[in-house]
Amino acid sequence: MSKRKATYASKVKRATHMLFYKRHTKPGVKGWELRKALGSDYPKVLKVLDDYLKELDLKVQTVFENEKPVEKPSLEQLDKARFLITLRGELTPKEAKMVGWRIDDLAGLAIAISHIISNKGKAPRKEVEDLLREKLPNWKVGLNIDRYIRYGYLTQDESEQLYLDWRTRAEVDQKALIDLLLRTEA
Amino acid sequence: MDVDESINTAKEYLPEWKIPEDLCLDAETIHHIASVVKLQSEWVKHRSTSLYTDPFLLQEKIMRLDKHRLVATFVQAWRPIVEFEQISIHSIMQSLQYWINLPPLSERWKQEPPLEVQVGQASREELVQQRILREQMFSEELAGYWEQLKTRVAEKGTKGKISYWGFVGADTYDETVDRAFMTAFLVTYGYATLEIHPLEEEMFIKPNEKPETKISNKQLVSVPIPIPVEDWQKWKRGELK
Repeated sequence: MSKRKATYASKVKRATHMLFYKRHTKPGVKGWELRKALGSDYPKVLKVLDDYLKELDLKVQTVFENEKPVEKPSLEQLDKARFLITLRGELTPKEAKMVGWRIDDLAGLAIAISHIISNKGKAPRKEVEDLLREKLPNWKVGLNIDRYIRYGYLTQDESEQLYLDWRTRAEVDQKALIDLLLRTEA
Repeated sequence: MDVDESINTAKEYLPEWKIPEDLCLDAETIHHIASVVKLQSEWVKHRSTSLYTDPFLLQEKIMRLDKHRLVATFVQAWRPIVEFEQISIHSIMQSLQYWINLPPLSERWKQEPPLEVQVGQASREELVQQRILREQMFSEELAGYWEQLKTRVAEKGTKGKISYWGFVGADTYDETVDRAFMTAFLVTYGYATLEIHPLEEEMFIKPNEKPETKISNKQLVSVPIPIPVEDWQKWKRGELK
C-alpha cells in the first residue's frame, strides 16, 4: 500500500469513529472538528468514506447551518456544517419498529412534519395537537409533541409556534415526503 | 387586492391636494400598498417552490390515510441517523483510573469546622502593641510635638524656624515617617506654619505662639511632601538640610 493510500485509510478509520460514535448531546460532528482531527482535506476523506458506506446502504449526510442544501459549498460553509451517518435507502415499517419507534408515534411525527412543511415551515402547536388528536388519545398528544421536540425533530418558540428542527433537516427528505403523501391513494 | 386600481385612484386625486396633511395621507396609502405588494410577492414565491402544497389538500389526505399507510409513506422519505453508544476497553480503563483518583465523598464534601475563638479581655498595653490604640491621645501627642518643635527651634533654629528635615528627621525611617505625619497635622491645625522657598528648594517649619484657628484671607493650598527612603538616607549622611 502506498504511503498516500495508507494515510487516507487511517483518516477514513478516524472519521468513521468520529461519525458513528456519539460525541456530543447532538449526534454528528461539525466540519471544523473534522478539519482539526483529519486535516484540511477532510471533505475528500468523507467522500472516500461515503463510497465505502454505499455498499452498506448508509451515507454521510451534510446538514448546512442555513438549513438549505448547498450545491457547491465553500470550505467555510463545510466547517460550520454538521456531518452525520444516515441510512441511504429506505426502512420498511417493520424495521422502523426495530429502531425504537411505535407505529402511532411515527405516524404522529409524519403528520406534524408534513403539516408544518405545508404551512411554510411553521404552525401553531394547538393546530398540530388538534390534528394529532384525531387519531391519538388525548393524553398522548402533548407527550408526543414534547418527545419530537426533545429528539430534535421539532422546535417551539415562546409563542407556541412549532418549526422543523435540525433532525428533520438531517433525516427527512421533505420534498419526497410531500410528493409521496399527495400521490398516496387513501 | 387590486393594486393597479388603488394606485390609479391615488394618482387621479393627487393634483387636487393642497395641504400637507392630505399629501401625508396619500404617502401613507402608497406605503401600505407597497406592503401588500411585498406580501403578495412572498406568497407567489412560496407557491412557486417545489415544497408548496395546499395545506387543506394535504390535511385532507392525512386524515384519510390510516396510520399504517401513513407510516409506510413516511419511512420512504425518512433516513434515520446512525449512531452507536458502545463502551470500549480504553474508556473502561480511563474510567477506572478516574475512579481510583477520585477522593471519597466524605473528603470532598468535608467542611472545615469554624475556628473557636476564646473570649477574653485585652489590656490597653496590648492594644497599643497591636497598634489599635496609640500610646497617647492624639491631641496630647500633637501638643507634645508642638512643644518639641518650639524647643528644637529655640535650640537649633534660626529666625524662629527650623528646616523641615531638621525637625522630622529621626534615627529610623519609620520614626521619620511618623514625625512627618504628625507635622502635617501641626500645620493643618494651625500649631505651625510651613515656609517653602521653591527656588532654593528649601522648606522650613515655624511654630506659632498660639494655635491659629482663624481662616486667613490667603488662598489655602495643600502641599504633598514625599518622604522617600533615599531622602532620609541623604539626611542621615548630612547631605540634606
